[in-house]
Amino acid sequence: MSRKAWAGASAALSSLAAAVFANPAFAEAIGQPHPWQMTLQPQVTDIGERINSLHNALLVIITVITLFVLVLLLYVLFRFHEARNPVPSRTTHHTFLEIIWTIVPVMILVGIAIPSFSLLRYKLVPPPADIVMKATGSQWLWTYDYPKDQGGGFTIVSKMLDEKERADLIAKGTSPEDAPRLLAVDNEAVLPVGKIIKVEVTSTDVIHGFNLPAFGVKVNAIPGRNNEVWFQVDKEGLYYGQCTQICGDQHSEMPLAFHIVSPERYAEWLKEAKAKFASNGTSLARLADAGPLAP
Amino acid sequence: MAYGAAFNPHAEHPASDSHAAHPTGLRRWLFSTNHKDIGTLYLGLAIVGMFIGGTFSILMRINLQSPGHHLFSDGQMYNVIVTGHGLIMIFFVIMPALIGGLGNWFVPLMIGAPDMAFPRMNNLSFWFTAGGMCLLLLSTQMEGAPGANGVGAGWTLYAPFSTLGHPGPAVDFGILALHTAGAGSILGAINFITTILNMRAPGMTLHRMPLFVWSELVTAFLLLLALPVLAGAITMLLTDRNFGTTFYDPAGGGDPILYQHLFWFFGHPEVYIMILPAFGIVSQVISTFSRKPIFGYLGMAYAMVSIGVIGFVVWAHHMFTAGLSLDTQRYFTAATMVIAVPTGVKIFSWIATMWGGSIRLTAPMLWAIGFLLLFTIGGVTGVVLANAGVDHVLHNTYYVVAHFHYVLSLGAVFGILCGWYYWFPKMTGYVIPDWMGKTHFWIAFIGSNVTFFPMHFLGLAGMPRHYFDYPDAYADWHFIASIGSYIFAAGMIFFVFVNLYAYFIRKEPAGNNPWGSGATTLEWTLSSPPPFHQYEVLPRITGGDH
Repeated sequence: MSRKAWAGASAALSSLAAAVFANPAFAEAIGQPHPWQMTLQPQVTDIGERINSLHNALLVIITVITLFVLVLLLYVLFRFHEARNPVPSRTTHHTFLEIIWTIVPVMILVGIAIPSFSLLRYKLVPPPADIVMKATGSQWLWTYDYPKDQGGGFTIVSKMLDEKERADLIAKGTSPEDAPRLLAVDNEAVLPVGKIIKVEVTSTDVIHGFNLPAFGVKVNAIPGRNNEVWFQVDKEGLYYGQCTQICGDQHSEMPLAFHIVSPERYAEWLKEAKAKFASNGTSLARLADAGPLAP
Repeated sequence: MAYGAAFNPHAEHPASDSHAAHPTGLRRWLFSTNHKDIGTLYLGLAIVGMFIGGTFSILMRINLQSPGHHLFSDGQMYNVIVTGHGLIMIFFVIMPALIGGLGNWFVPLMIGAPDMAFPRMNNLSFWFTAGGMCLLLLSTQMEGAPGANGVGAGWTLYAPFSTLGHPGPAVDFGILALHTAGAGSILGAINFITTILNMRAPGMTLHRMPLFVWSELVTAFLLLLALPVLAGAITMLLTDRNFGTTFYDPAGGGDPILYQHLFWFFGHPEVYIMILPAFGIVSQVISTFSRKPIFGYLGMAYAMVSIGVIGFVVWAHHMFTAGLSLDTQRYFTAATMVIAVPTGVKIFSWIATMWGGSIRLTAPMLWAIGFLLLFTIGGVTGVVLANAGVDHVLHNTYYVVAHFHYVLSLGAVFGILCGWYYWFPKMTGYVIPDWMGKTHFWIAFIGSNVTFFPMHFLGLAGMPRHYFDYPDAYADWHFIASIGSYIFAAGMIFFVFVNLYAYFIRKEPAGNNPWGSGATTLEWTLSSPPPFHQYEVLPRITGGDH
């Protein structure tokens, strides 16, 4: 119930924001940020939606608290200005008040902790996975391993498109929005919609950040350790993320790009990719080059 | 008079006569053992640091004003500037200003002590800190990452990026800078604790101490307990880099996460080290200009103590994306949220102090009220980030950058400037025209909010930290943030002008107490500036007059 109430209130807030900043030129893109964005990216996983609703509830709570403090301050500054109150009181204690302003914050925090802990449990106890893949960060690219027992058995090296490669792609007819600067890569990771996917994350050199904002997923890629995240994406599309742990010169130039497609398309892609990447790990295999995607 | 002798640290010193003479020139400033002169040196260091660190931040904002590489040709150079900005602002601006500077100046004055307990050690603390700053600045001229100069690993110096990623000697200089500055801070902390516990004037019980002194006492304990852990962590970093150990290298059985735990065991108390003295300053200022004693004095003092204690058990909330177990993340979420309670007590007690008061809106009072509001904003976004589940999205985005600049840049820095405008007449003997302090406040208030508020939106939209170039969609908020930073910088230039004008041109004498009957602490009983040695006859404190 309360979650719904919060969702309603936060929806009101965000529609207000939308009304202020609405611009027909910026259709709400999924999988990447859009100009003047003020909220989380539209979430396409259950985890992400839960994070979004908890965040929206928190946003309402903290806005109310801040406005409360602001109103108190303004009232005090007006009412007790020396012009209106020349003789100060000497009151320095009020036991009841002091108890209230200790207890009420505790109750608010307990109220926050309950949904917060349930979200945390949901995120960190993964259900049995349909597909497991491995993502490895290196300075400054990602490699994705698809295990053999799931029809894979190949490794994709995914690098950001440099300015020249991007220009070539756009010259060939790709619209610039479909090849965003600093986000578009040569080889995207491809995964099916609706399946529970587990990603093992590690690194070969320094620490990197495996980060997909639209999935509500972020974990560090640490040498010598395997971290894991899971997600189940509801919506097909191309989702971008960027490295979130400072890792050197091209920290801002090692994006993650996850293409979520229908299971049928995924099965086809597995065959194509196996042929391409097993023989030649460096060939350009942007999914767009392999033909139009079934929606 | 009997107690006077007992409390005089120089009583048995054979050379104590020489202290009566006023050393001048180099003797005064290089070999100083006077707490006020050392305080002035620290404040000078902080001002130098502020202009270096501030310039770095303006370079960052110029570069980020629009997407594309137009100021820095490569990302590593930007990383070096970010790292330098962080380390300088923390170790060589906020800490020297709040602890070595204002703390050195006003702790002895407020507790009725003639000087700090260990005047020579006080001198050593300062020169260690200054030496540390030189080492850090030198590191920018050494090779760090292959083909680039300087430390670009972020102020946290996470291994293995600070080991394998930076083969050159720059990181060694950085480590040595932190060791040196850290040693200075530890000695300073010992000095503060000894002074506050042993050199209070007769009648100045712990529960009658001004809250600023309480804040420095708690801060000194945090420094004393946290800095040795940092020293240990970065010593292991040093041996990993140079002597073949593998504490943080998985190839030899080590673990990079060990470094993060050790670093943040220091790093989290460090953020309270930076904010607690600002709490103290704001308490003094609000009480003075409301002409009312602090509301809930004991609650305020022990709120700081509990913030200090809890501050030691929440460190891993900086590591929610490092792959910690469910139980660990649960614990650190819960413990972190607990800190909001004593912080809330402080905010409400400040408002209650003003309630029923007779408020005079002077420049220092404006800064204190600005602090209150902006620290509240930084505090509530901290509650959002405390939730590990939500932090998994916001970690290392601009949301975090916005959060910690609201508590540090708009919290600690507003606290420093609040203290500066409050105590400038005491330190120099001259008055700063009130309208000038107020003008500076409004420029800074607008500038810093325009800079940092949009960063919340950038962070929510996914903009990661430490990026020297970003996808075009983030351009608009970045542009606004850059404009805000130029406004803030203009305010700082105005601040320099204000001080030069008040000190060298206007020279309006302040008198002992320019702030009226609300200023009840001991420093206002002295002349402005105070004599070279004060309290030759110790004051006797009676009643609950803190």
